[in-house]
Amino acid sequence: MSEPFLIGENMTGGYGSGPDILHDCTIAVEKGEIAVIVGPNGAGKSTAMKAVFGMLNLRGGAVRLDGEDISGLSPQDRVIKGMGFVPQTSNIFTSLTVEENLEMGAFIRRDDFSDTLAQIYDLFPILKDKRLQAAGELSGGQRQQVAVGRALMTQPKVLMLDEPTAGVSPIVMDELFDRIIEVARTGIPILMVEQNARQALDIADKGYVLVQGRNGFSGTGKELLNNPEVRKSFLGG
Amino acid sequence: MDFLNAIVAFANFVIVPATSYGAQLALGALGVTLVFGILRFSNFAHGDTMAFGAMSTILVTWGFQSVGINFGVLPTALLALPFGIAATIGLLLLTDRTVYRFYRKQKANPVILVIVSMGVMFIMNGLVRFIIGPNDQRFGDGERFIISAREFKELTGLKEGLAIKTSAGITVVTAIIVVVVLFWFLNRTRTGKSMRAFSDNEDLALLSGINPERVVMYTWMIVATLATIAGVLYGLDKSFKPFTYFQLLLPIFASAIVGGLGSPVGAIAGGFVIAFSEVTITYAFKKVLGYLAPEGWEPTTLVQLISTDYKFAVSFAILIIVLLFKPTGLFSGKQT
Repeated sequence: MSEPFLIGENMTGGYGSGPDILHDCTIAVEKGEIAVIVGPNGAGKSTAMKAVFGMLNLRGGAVRLDGEDISGLSPQDRVIKGMGFVPQTSNIFTSLTVEENLEMGAFIRRDDFSDTLAQIYDLFPILKDKRLQAAGELSGGQRQQVAVGRALMTQPKVLMLDEPTAGVSPIVMDELFDRIIEVARTGIPILMVEQNARQALDIADKGYVLVQGRNGFSGTGKELLNNPEVRKSFLGG
Repeated sequence: MDFLNAIVAFANFVIVPATSYGAQLALGALGVTLVFGILRFSNFAHGDTMAFGAMSTILVTWGFQSVGINFGVLPTALLALPFGIAATIGLLLLTDRTVYRFYRKQKANPVILVIVSMGVMFIMNGLVRFIIGPNDQRFGDGERFIISAREFKELTGLKEGLAIKTSAGITVVTAIIVVVVLFWFLNRTRTGKSMRAFSDNEDLALLSGINPERVVMYTWMIVATLATIAGVLYGLDKSFKPFTYFQLLLPIFASAIVGGLGSPVGAIAGGFVIAFSEVTITYAFKKVLGYLAPEGWEPTTLVQLISTDYKFAVSFAILIIVLLFKPTGLFSGKQT
């Protein structure tokens, strides 16, 4: 079996010198796929994602990107390696305009990034209309689009989203999921954490259900949706 | 005629001095607000940074004057300014390297950095007194007035004169240029935008690959430039005495806080609010009212709200009023 494009394998660790939150947890995403991490509150979903991105100390396991061990790299270096990360909160520069947010996303690029900018405006047309407005003045759904757009500016090889639909209305949520699928169609693998398990598994190629920092169930989105045990415990029957 | 005289007197004693003082405060407050926005602490050493910048410029000015270099009608100090700025940039970068960086690495609490900046303040204060002495120094030369009171009276035939000092003119013009360049830099250049991004959301700036050490370095360079210009302009307008620069800290902080800490526009607005309040409240309106009041109603007292000895109380009072009613300042800066 060939190795997945991005894999956090047997990750064990926690924040600082605190207790372990993840126990032997494995998360992976293949090229061109959407992988979703779901699970009850406090299961360590966001923590697992942060571990993959290097924001906490691993006491065991490894993170590999395209076969290369990146466990020792700082988050900033992982961005340079081609990982795009959208944090759950304060994921935009509120006092900067939409366009400046996107420009800052491309800060590490020294080449001309105007076509990437145009691509992102194609993907999120609303951002083009609002490009000179301060990002902090936008609605929740639009802010999330700015956040995703900012992360895409580096032309990442893999995009990681931490609860992109947190705090937005159901209609906006559907729209955001549509956009995320569109991003995935451009060939960028996506790893995301979601509260709305049913909708997320619906669009996922691969799903991980975490339970208390451990892999509970994993499989394709469909398998998990049809798994009676998963349905009973997480999807409300 | 009396009405015109009243306006001219008011302009001469309030509007002109307050405008140049306001511009000096605004430049000082911009430095404070930039440090607060990007390095996230209140820099108490700012007044003494201004003193150091002014001192370096004065030393170079004296050097120029002794070899006969001058700037015609303009003060020689303007020629020496770039050297003063360079020296101050050197000092601030050295301070950052030796002092602030240590605390930044430890992610020290802002309160600790404030105390650290007080230490830096005392050292800079001592350094300046050690080099140039605690006394008043005069270094202005060139033409003293753009228009003197006598010329104005002859020109207009009014009883009141309007004098505009060259230093006041230079202050306002320089301040406008500096502010335009600063805003262009912050809003249009990649480095300027990265500074605003860093000030807005440090974690996200790091994720975007913005190098914090670089942002900090540019910040100190800009702060040194602003502080030196503000210090030299203040010295040209009044005179240079290290202690007055230390005292300027209060109105400068008041300006930055009134405008909203972290907001450059606020710093400028705050500078003028403080300057105009200070000058207006401590001005004796006897003369102005004398022209305006009907026959026999002229005031017999000075009509001065408070004595100039208490001018710092004005900054304090405004500061407290703003903190009570709009704690984020007029232009809603950052919250600590």
